[in-house]
Amino acid sequence: MKPRLKPGLPFVLLAAALAIVPWILRRAEMEYCLTQLTMSLYYAIVVLGLCLVMGYAGQVSLGHGAFFAIGGYTSAVLTTCDVSKWQTAAWLGWIKQSPFCIAREDLFGNPILTVSPWAAFFAAMALTFVVANLIGYPALRLRGHYLAMATLGFGMIVHKVILGTAFTGAADGINGVPEWNLGLGLTVSGKRPLRIENYFIAGGLLLLLLVLLHNLVRSRVGRALQAIHDRETAANAMGINTALYKLKTFVLSALMAAMAGVFFTHYTAGIGPSEAGAFKSVRYVALAAAGGMSSLWGVTGMSTLLNYMSLRGLFGSYDNAVFGLLLIGIVSLAPEGPLKPLARLVRRLAGACRPPNAAQPDAARPNNGLEGRPRHGAA
Amino acid sequence: MALLEVDNVRHSFGGLVAIDRVSFEVAPGQIKSVIGPNGAGKTTLFNIVCGLLRPDSGNIRFGDRAITGFKPYQIARAGVSRTFQNPSLFLQMNVLENVMVGRHCRTRWEFLGCGVRWPGQPKEEAAIREAAQAQLEYVGLAHLAECPAGALAFGERRMVELARALATEPQLLLLDEPGSGLNTREKADLGRMIRRVRERGVTILLVEHDMTLVMDLSDAILVLHNGARIAEGTPSEIQNDANVVRVYLGGEMNHAAAS
Ligand SMILES: Nc1ncnc2c1ncn2[C@@H]1O[C@H](COP(=O)(O)OP(=O)(O)OP(=O)(O)O)[C@@H](O)[C@H]1O
Ligand SMILES: [Mg+2]
Repeated sequence: MKPRLKPGLPFVLLAAALAIVPWILRRAEMEYCLTQLTMSLYYAIVVLGLCLVMGYAGQVSLGHGAFFAIGGYTSAVLTTCDVSKWQTAAWLGWIKQSPFCIAREDLFGNPILTVSPWAAFFAAMALTFVVANLIGYPALRLRGHYLAMATLGFGMIVHKVILGTAFTGAADGINGVPEWNLGLGLTVSGKRPLRIENYFIAGGLLLLLLVLLHNLVRSRVGRALQAIHDRETAANAMGINTALYKLKTFVLSALMAAMAGVFFTHYTAGIGPSEAGAFKSVRYVALAAAGGMSSLWGVTGMSTLLNYMSLRGLFGSYDNAVFGLLLIGIVSLAPEGPLKPLARLVRRLAGACRPPNAAQPDAARPNNGLEGRPRHGAA
Repeated sequence: MALLEVDNVRHSFGGLVAIDRVSFEVAPGQIKSVIGPNGAGKTTLFNIVCGLLRPDSGNIRFGDRAITGFKPYQIARAGVSRTFQNPSLFLQMNVLENVMVGRHCRTRWEFLGCGVRWPGQPKEEAAIREAAQAQLEYVGLAHLAECPAGALAFGERRMVELARALATEPQLLLLDEPGSGLNTREKADLGRMIRRVRERGVTILLVEHDMTLVMDLSDAILVLHNGARIAEGTPSEIQNDANVVRVYLGGEMNHAAAS
């Protein structure tokens, strides 16, 4: 029997690790790295959500870049578009006093009236919820990888629409997105003095979502999703509404991507069309695969690390190619991701040093040539 | 009143009529067997009853409800569970988790409640675990709870599948060839197990090729051939039915003699 860790311990360790990073970076006089690290943490949220779809519900989404962009652009458009010109419309007059709008100054110091970031956030979530249901509902009632095709097409459409629309800034994207005062003295902003605070906001959000998903995959819902992934027919016959569960998972994961998009956009004060591109979506899939798909920890770690390397420019102009290659490599060489075989190797090496009578009881079981697939669910 | 009522059901795959206007009833508390040569349509019939296939025509009633066209998960919730001809365990989970999946349709916490561990959810989770453990004990495999499902021997897989099906608290249990691939001793255990399950008040519909087991267990037998019902009656009536002996039992007896 493996000794059971205290359930909360890994999270405490992760929180501690996240907490000492700024301190280390300050010591090393590399505080500027926090900016890219914060961005990587937001991207990791997208991949974490995708991990639920791919590793648990057994579906592939090639449109998560688009959901990120829907979140980001909805926020960006609403919080930068000046609505004061409509103030004369009587039915809009009251809005000025409501918490939905804030009066502020634009980049050039002109007074403008825009939708407040919180209201824009909820609008982004609502829009994503509707769109994800519209895409997922027809695709997930069928078996097989219809979702991959539907989301691929959807992602392309979103990308082209953003590029072709004036109020989304076309190829330039949107700049001048204001900071987002979350309340409790926290502000999502890329301003220098707020660098550490924002790193903790991103880290805290990631940690929070990680805890929620961790609880989820260890519950009746998580088991149901794994059952669907394994044998959809049997899952259905055991009383699981497979179509609904796949849809809920997909929508949840799209909402996570959009949420990351909203935070990211306020943090970087803008968003560009490349966020919606197919390369970004493929990158998320590659990162989920690299993290082991169903391993929440592996996915979080891998995604943060590789995105950070990419944002620091370590892959140079081959950035997209690196992630494409990563995906090909994983699919063909290590379908469960590189971490699991590595962990097994370490365990085997450790086992070789152990006295033979300490063998695992499970290993001694006859297995009648009916070797099972390796366990994926050790999230 | 019958627990299950299959009325004039027909199902075809393309041009092949797999079930041809079959009608029968299963009384509460009965063990009823469906027999017939390979390809007779027995598995297809099960798939129709549990909702995996939608019949082209005909009606199915379960208890006082018409369940024709219901989705499998709705039928499972209504109280019909099954095992599969090819054991279909969830191989990425361990044995206990497999049985816990069976509790799904009797428990209620959804995504949000599970994610935040809303008060009451952890308690339900513990109850699921306990009930699954009890079910495993019932089939005598409690010692394998933590074993990966893929590492089980064939006979053990069948038993875990039975435990998983029982975990859904079925009123009607469909067993598709539970004895195939088992050795003599395991088959004897299986026979005892099926009786015990019936004593719990579960009605059983059984597909099985082992005639000793079928004749021994069944209260009534339905014989299918090429998708059509050719006979129905008590074990002794079926054994003496000239038609059945010609198309099915004769062959089976010869097989038994040859092997
Ligand atoms: N999905 C399918 N598509 C096409 N034909 C099918 C399908 N499933 C079953 N059949 C055909 O329907 C007929 C009945 O098959 P079924 O599996 O119900 O037989 P069975 O009585 O369970 O046989 P066995 O004793 O071999 O399990 C067979 O001729 C089979 O080839
Ligand atoms: Mg069959």
